[in-house]
Amino acid sequence: MALFFYAQILLHVLGGIAGFLFEQHGEKANRATHGLAVLASVAGVLFSLGILLEGKSWVFELQGSFPVGALRFAAGPFSAFFLLIISFLSLAASIFAIGYTREFQIKKNIALLGFFYHFFILAMLFVVTVQNAFYFLFFWELMSLASYFLVIFEHERPEARSAGTLYLIMTHVGTAFITAAFLLLYIHTGSFSFDVFRAAAGTFSPVLKNVIFLAALIGFGTKAGVIPLHIWLPQAHPQAPSHVSALMSGVMIKTAVYGLLLFLFNFLGEAPGWWGHVILAVAILSTLLGILYALMENDLKRLLAFSSIENIGIILLGVGMALVFKTLHQPLYAGFALIAAFYHVINHAVFKGLLFLGAGSVLSGTHTRNIESLGGLIRKMPWTAAYFLIGAMAISALPPLNGFISEWLTFIALLLGFEGAGAGRHFFSPILASLLGFAGALAATCFVKAFGIGFLGKARSRHAAEAHEVSGSMKLGMGILAVSCLGLSLAAPWVLKVLGTVSRALSGGDVPMEALVQKLFLISPSESSQFSPFLTAMILLGFLAGTAILLRMVLGKKLVRVGPSWDCGMPGLEPRMQYTSTGYSKPLRRIFSFLYQPTRRVELEDEGHEMLRTAQRFESKITHPVDEWVYRPLANLVATFSKKAKQIQTGHIQLYLSYIFITLILLLLFLGGRSS
Amino acid sequence: MTTLLLSLFQFLLLIVLAPAVNWFIRKMKAVSQNRVGPGLWQVYSDLWKLFRKDMVISETASWIFHAMPFVLFAGVLAAASMVPVLCTHSLFGFVGDVILFVYLLALGRFFMALAALDTGTTFGGMGSSREMTLSSLAEPALLLSFFALGFHAKVLSLEGMIAHFSAVSSMQVLFFTSLTFGALLIVTIAESGRIPVDNPSTHLELTMIHEAMILEYSGRYLALIEWGHQIKQLVFLTLLADLFLPWGITGTCGLPALGLSLALYLIKVFSLAFVIGWIEIHSAKLRLFRAPDLLAVAFVLSILSLLGQLIIGRGV
Repeated sequence: MALFFYAQILLHVLGGIAGFLFEQHGEKANRATHGLAVLASVAGVLFSLGILLEGKSWVFELQGSFPVGALRFAAGPFSAFFLLIISFLSLAASIFAIGYTREFQIKKNIALLGFFYHFFILAMLFVVTVQNAFYFLFFWELMSLASYFLVIFEHERPEARSAGTLYLIMTHVGTAFITAAFLLLYIHTGSFSFDVFRAAAGTFSPVLKNVIFLAALIGFGTKAGVIPLHIWLPQAHPQAPSHVSALMSGVMIKTAVYGLLLFLFNFLGEAPGWWGHVILAVAILSTLLGILYALMENDLKRLLAFSSIENIGIILLGVGMALVFKTLHQPLYAGFALIAAFYHVINHAVFKGLLFLGAGSVLSGTHTRNIESLGGLIRKMPWTAAYFLIGAMAISALPPLNGFISEWLTFIALLLGFEGAGAGRHFFSPILASLLGFAGALAATCFVKAFGIGFLGKARSRHAAEAHEVSGSMKLGMGILAVSCLGLSLAAPWVLKVLGTVSRALSGGDVPMEALVQKLFLISPSESSQFSPFLTAMILLGFLAGTAILLRMVLGKKLVRVGPSWDCGMPGLEPRMQYTSTGYSKPLRRIFSFLYQPTRRVELEDEGHEMLRTAQRFESKITHPVDEWVYRPLANLVATFSKKAKQIQTGHIQLYLSYIFITLILLLLFLGGRSS
Repeated sequence: MTTLLLSLFQFLLLIVLAPAVNWFIRKMKAVSQNRVGPGLWQVYSDLWKLFRKDMVISETASWIFHAMPFVLFAGVLAAASMVPVLCTHSLFGFVGDVILFVYLLALGRFFMALAALDTGTTFGGMGSSREMTLSSLAEPALLLSFFALGFHAKVLSLEGMIAHFSAVSSMQVLFFTSLTFGALLIVTIAESGRIPVDNPSTHLELTMIHEAMILEYSGRYLALIEWGHQIKQLVFLTLLADLFLPWGITGTCGLPALGLSLALYLIKVFSLAFVIGWIEIHSAKLRLFRAPDLLAVAFVLSILSLLGQLIIGRGV
C-alpha cells in the first residue's frame, strides 16, 4: 500500500524533471510531464483510498542527524482524506492539462510549467502528511512559492505580475502568523513534533492558548482566503493557467483548513466558547460577501475565485459549529458538524475544479474570459457547456447533485445549535442557517448569470462566434469531475460513513454512524430530519421521464415550427440587444448599494446638439470596502514610512559603513550597560 | 396499501385542483371589476387547448429551452409529493425535509431563469434577472419561517410538522406561529407571482417578471409551465392551510374522517385563495425595488417568531 505513495512521489519528481529532457519539443515535453502527473495522481488516489477504506495508517520516519528532529511523515484517515482530494483533483487537472497547455507549447517553456506544477502538488502532499512543524513550514513555503511561479507563468501580462506580487506578500504575512503559532507551541513544549504537541494539548495557559488560536486563525485564514484576508485570492487564482487555478481553488486553500483543524482539534485541547463564535462570524462574513462580490464579476475566472471565498465560508460554518459543540461536550453533534465540513471540502474541490476547467475550456475555445463578450457557446461547445452546467447546478446546491448534500448537512449542523437547552441554545444558529440559504440562492443567481449569459443566447462577439469545442483530453478531465458530482450525491450514505472515520481520526470523539446513516437515508443526529439523496434523484427522474412519456403517449409527437425570437414587430434583433452580465446583476447592485457603493459615469459626445449623439461611454464600478478601508490606508502607511526611511539612504557605501559602525557602538554600549 | 392509495389520491388532488384555485382568484378579480369572468371549466379547457397546439420555437433556443418545462414540472411535482394534504401522510414525504422541499422548487426556477436567457431576447433576460433577485430574497424568509415552525414541532419534515400542529391545541399553535403565518403568506404571494410582487396578467415590460421569462413558450411547453406554476401556488396554499389551520387533518384512513377532512381542506384553501385574491384586488403592484422591503418584512417576522419561542420557551 505504501508503495503507491512512494510511487506517487517518485513520479512527481520525475515528472518535474521530465519536461527538461524535451525542452526543444513542446509536444513531447507536455506529454511527458502531464502524463507522469496523471500516473502519479492515480497512485495517490489508490494509496489514500486504501487508507480510508482499511482504516490503517502509514508512517515513514527518516532518522538521522536532523537539526530539528526526525523527518517523519504519517497518514491516518484525516491526512488520507486530504491526500485523496489533492490526488483526485490533480488527476482530472493533469488530464485536462495535456490538451489545455498545447497552446503554450510554442511560445512558452512547458518544461518550466511542468516543473512548478509537479512541485506544487508534491508540496501539498507533504504539507498534509508531515508530522513536524519545522518541515511543515518548509513545505508550506514550497507550496506557496511553486504556486506563485504558476500564477506569474504568463508574466508578459502586467496583471499577472501584480497579482503575483500581492499573492507573495499576503501569503508571507500568513506564513509569518503560522510560524508564530508554531514557535509558541515550540517554546511551550520544547519540540517541533506534532506528536509532542498532541500530547501537550490542554497544558497551555488560557492566554497562550488564545494567542496561538488567533495566530493560527489569521495565518491559515489568509491562505484559505477568508474575508477580510482574502484580497489576494480573486487576483491570483484567475491569473494562473486554468488547470492550476482549479488546483489552487479546489485544494490549495483546503490545506489551510487542514492546518486550522489540526490546531483546533489536536494541538490546543479544550476550546473556550468564543472561538467557535469567532470562526462562525468569519465564516458567515466570507459566505455572504464572497458570493455578493462574485455576483458583480464579469470575468469568469474572477467570479469563480470569489465564489471560492463563499465556499470556504460554508466549510468554516461546519468547523465553527463543530467547535461550539465540542465546547458544549456534545461529541455526536461535533462529529456531525465536522462531517458536514469535510463533505463540503470534497464537494467544493470537485465542482469548483470542474468549473475552473470549464472556464479554461472557454478561454481556450474563445480566447476571452469576459462574460460580456461570450454567448451562444452551448452550440459551439456542447460538451463544455453540459459540464459547466453540471458544475453550476452543483455549486448552486440544487438536488440531485452533490452540492446540496453538504449544504443540507451544514444546514442541519447549524440548526442543531438551537435544539439544546439553556446556554447550549444558540439563537444565532437558525439565523445563520437562513443566511446560508440566502447565500445558496445568490449562488444560483450568480451561476444562472455565468452560464446563461456566457453559454446561452447569441454570440456577443467574434470571439464567441468563432469558438470551437476543446480537445478530447480536456473533455475527459471535466467529465471525470462531472460524473463525480453525481456520484458523490447518489453514494452519500457511503461517503458519510467514510467521513465518519475521518472525523473520528481528527477529534477522537466516537461518532456512532448507525445514528447518522440508515440504508439510503442520512439522519440528523437529533432525529429531527432525514433525507435520501438517491431516492430524491429517482423521484425527480421518475417525474421527469413520466411527464415526457405521458405527454408523448397522450398527445403524440410534438409539432414544432422554428422561427425567430419575438422582436416586438421591429425586425432585426441583434446580439447586442440581449441582456448583459452587468445588467443582469443590476437589481442586486441597487438593492445592496449600501455595500457595493456603486459609482457610474456616463459620457456623451454629440455634434453640437444633444439630439445628435455620436458616441456614448458607460462605466460602472463597485467598491470593495475591505480593500478601500483597510488595505489601501495600510499600503499608503507603508509607502509613507518607506519614503521617510529613504531620506537616510544616499547610496554612498561609506555612509552605510558608518551606519553599521554606529550601530555596533550603540549595541556594545547597550550590552555593556546591561552586564555591569 | 390504503395509506399508499390515499397518498396518491392527495397528490393527484393537488394536481387536479390547482387550476380551479387559479380560476377562483381570476373569477374574484373579474367580479370586482364588474366582469362576468371565466367559468370553472374554462381553466381546464385552456390547458387542454395549449397542450394540443403546435409550438413555435425560437431558432436561437438550445436543448435547455426544451428541457426546462419538464424539469420545472418534475421539480414542482416532487415538491408537491412531499406535502400532506388530508391526512398526516404524504406520498414521498419520508424522502426529505423542508430544506429539500425549498431546493426542489429552486431547481425548477434555476432552469426557468436559464431558459429565459436561451432565446436571446431582452424580455427573457429582464425576467430572469428580476426573478432570481427576488427569489434570492424570498428564500431566506421561507427557510427561516420553516425553521421557526420546525423548532416548535421538533422535526423538520413536512409530515412531522403537520402531525405535530394537528395534535396540539390550536390556540397554542396560533399563539406561537401567527408571525410565521405572516411571513409565509408574503412568501406565498412572491412565489406564486401575484400582486403586489408580480402581476400575473400583465404584458408590459416594465412590470413583468414571471411572464417575461416564459414569453417565448407556446403549445404544450407553455401548458406544462402554467400548470406547474398553478400547482406550486396550490402547494403553498396547502401548506398555509395545513400548518396554521390544521383542523380536520386525520392520522387515520377512515372514510368519514377523510370526507370531513376533504371538505374542510377545500374550505380552507379557497378561503386562503380569497385572501390572496383580496390582496391582489386591493393593492397596486409594488415597484421592483420596493418588493425587497416586503420580503424583508417576511424575514423579520420569522426572526420575531423565533425570538418569541426563545423567550417564552418552546410551548408544549
